[in-house]
Amino acid sequence: MGDIILTMKDIDKSFPGVHALDHVNFEVRKGEVHALMGENGAGKSTLMKVLTGIYAKDSGSIVFEGKEVEFHNTREAQDAGVVIVHQELNMLGHLTVAQNIFIGREFKKGIRIDDKRMNEEAANLFRKLHIDIDPTETMGNLTVGKQQMCEIAKAISHKAKVIIFDEPSAALTEAEIEELFKIIRDLRKQQLGIVYISHRMDEIKVITDRVTVMRDGSYVGTLITKDCTKDDIINMMVGRVIYEDPKTESTVPKDAPVVLKVEHLNAGRMVKDVSFELRKGEILGFSGLMGAGRTETARAIFGADPKTSGNIYINGQKVEINSPQDAVKCGIGYLSEDRKRFGIVVQKSVAENTTMAALEKFVKGLFINKKAENDISQEYVKSLATKTPSVDQLVVNLSGGNQQKIVIAKWLVRNCDILIFDEPTRGIDVGAKNEIYKLMNRLAEEGKSIIMISSEMTEILRMSDRIVVMCEGSKTGEIDISEASQEIIMNMATREI
Amino acid sequence: MSKTAVHAPAGKKGPGFSKFGSQKFIVFLVVIILFVFFSIFSANFRKYTTVLSIMDYSYYIALMAIGVTFPLITGGVDLSIGTGLICYSLAGGYLVVHCGWPTWAGMLVSVLFGVAIGALNGVLVSILSLPPFLATLCTCMVTRGLGSICSKGFGISWPTSGSEGSWFRNIFKIAIGDTKYPLGFLWVVLLVLLMGFVLNHTKIGRYTIAIGSNKEATILSGINVKFYHIMAYVISGFFAGLASIAYSAVFSTVQPGTGAGFELEAIGGAIIGGVSASGGVGSIGGSLLGVFVICLLKTGLPYIGLQANWQQIITGMVLIGAVMVDILKKKRAEAAA
Repeated sequence: MGDIILTMKDIDKSFPGVHALDHVNFEVRKGEVHALMGENGAGKSTLMKVLTGIYAKDSGSIVFEGKEVEFHNTREAQDAGVVIVHQELNMLGHLTVAQNIFIGREFKKGIRIDDKRMNEEAANLFRKLHIDIDPTETMGNLTVGKQQMCEIAKAISHKAKVIIFDEPSAALTEAEIEELFKIIRDLRKQQLGIVYISHRMDEIKVITDRVTVMRDGSYVGTLITKDCTKDDIINMMVGRVIYEDPKTESTVPKDAPVVLKVEHLNAGRMVKDVSFELRKGEILGFSGLMGAGRTETARAIFGADPKTSGNIYINGQKVEINSPQDAVKCGIGYLSEDRKRFGIVVQKSVAENTTMAALEKFVKGLFINKKAENDISQEYVKSLATKTPSVDQLVVNLSGGNQQKIVIAKWLVRNCDILIFDEPTRGIDVGAKNEIYKLMNRLAEEGKSIIMISSEMTEILRMSDRIVVMCEGSKTGEIDISEASQEIIMNMATREI
Repeated sequence: MSKTAVHAPAGKKGPGFSKFGSQKFIVFLVVIILFVFFSIFSANFRKYTTVLSIMDYSYYIALMAIGVTFPLITGGVDLSIGTGLICYSLAGGYLVVHCGWPTWAGMLVSVLFGVAIGALNGVLVSILSLPPFLATLCTCMVTRGLGSICSKGFGISWPTSGSEGSWFRNIFKIAIGDTKYPLGFLWVVLLVLLMGFVLNHTKIGRYTIAIGSNKEATILSGINVKFYHIMAYVISGFFAGLASIAYSAVFSTVQPGTGAGFELEAIGGAIIGGVSASGGVGSIGGSLLGVFVICLLKTGLPYIGLQANWQQIITGMVLIGAVMVDILKKKRAEAAA
């Protein structure tokens, strides 16, 4: 490890309602690979966005190569030599590899773009990196792994001194990861400073020299990788006190019937051989880190995405679910994490949203029976304690928590017995959160069965009767609430594969 | 990676050439087949005068198609070119016929008017973030009204053949001895080559494709996306201006209130020629070939006894086919990735 090339000191950043970064410190030396770790929402990406000029910091200082700097956009950061390789690739699928690498700084001959020279330069670059890619290939034809190599080549062609990898391995195969590591080791030898963001504990041990851990927007500490264990890192990541009481034992009777059974479900790249059971009156928590495949699993069960194989049983009966329509007929309701896109129609009234999934119940001949619609909506507004001046109110005017209640009402009107809550309290303030929790508990008591996908550890521990943990598309663990702890869950969620 | 691949001129492998060359070739075959088909089934069709009239009808659509290919590749559209064309022709023609301006000045006004409306479209889409469909639908209506105002509601006849200032009609059709030659075709082909160069070998073209490919990524690459997005619409407007000159030269009278629907023939031609309805893909040469498919159908079908209405139906079905090919291609690409 060489001299310090980059120091971020006391970085503070707030968004409305969120203190995203709370006086965070971070440094990178020349010739080191420095891991940045933390749970979802710990502030890793925000910190890197502050560094590369996507966000402006509220206070603190960034010293790069001995000088205090403040980048105002990614271009300025690039020009100085701080480059980020994004998790979602910034590629232009219809242009060639070389055209992508040199986008925005094309070589020119008069007004003509000198593609020949760009191809040669790109070929040189690849040769130096020992990457085998044809610069004249169209970007969209490459595998995700190769595309990432192009992004790295692009970063290096900017004469980067610090390269940030934001979860680079998330979409790569084993062989591609090996190749990536070879390149990273090469770069380390050339005395570049490398920031490596990843959830994969095994990779951290293999490729990094130091680990900095963040939690809830704060800096927790920095360790030398070879001197610490996986448990040390996990303890730093989760070491928070849970204020709300976690559930201590399951409230589901031992003999409660199984209402939903999923067997060997496979769908796309993100759902691999997932099996589990859901009992009547149970809240089954789905835990895992970002990209673990939980939402994808839910969508495959709900028929929103095609599945490749696997069986689904409802009350012991095998069912075929090929579309959300099939799922709704089977009594499954899905409350999306993205309410505004999939859950509600914001420009419609409370009543219209409430009856949307079960409109045929309210149709008399050709017409919608407005009175019945209003009555049932009124009833649910009362029973769910939704705060709205009337059922004619447009949903867009309600708060997040109340919008969520409308979505719940929608599925209850449809008589759904199985409810899949995907991040039920995302974007909902603390007070309303409690109400949603109470409501979910009440629904479970009334015999509804709930799958709750949540990235918040406290929520998982507070609500679940049983917990399924996923990692990289596979189920990596299942435990009863009486045995669960943050450490155990995090261990399962970062299982080495 | 072979050495030849590295040193091959990028134009041969650039977007719109390698993968989509095949579609262009198919469209080219369709043009030939249609021509042969109509020639076999109608003795009247296989006459030189018919070829001349197909050419006459194709110029203004072809010019519009060259221009509109740019907004289409950004993932947008320009609906204002049809009524715009009439508007620019009326404005320029009024100055020539009623104000005594020289013909060249009237033509210049037509083109500049097109550029101005194109720039307005660009600002609406790029700066004010209006959806391209809506922005250009509005300017479509605006230009329709403006056209009538410019000509005070009357039709305009640009100087007719033989009269003073009618030289501009010879740009498109020139008589040498007793034979007339479709000179306009030469200009169209030259402009196709020029704009093909612009699309594939200059920054404007490169960034037009980039915007249609992934606008967010293009912004993050530090490119002045707003400017280049506007330029795509300026190019479209400029060519609508040129198309208005072709229209003024080919037809004896320009009527206010017409022009709606011209843009659909140009856009349809571009799509048949391989421009992706979702942006990022397209070539100028393909758009030209697509226009000829449309023009052949329009001219040829009446010769085999099908009314003009059938031309619309068949053109519509050909368009559906072209869009289906685009969608299938995209699905296959997604499955492969």
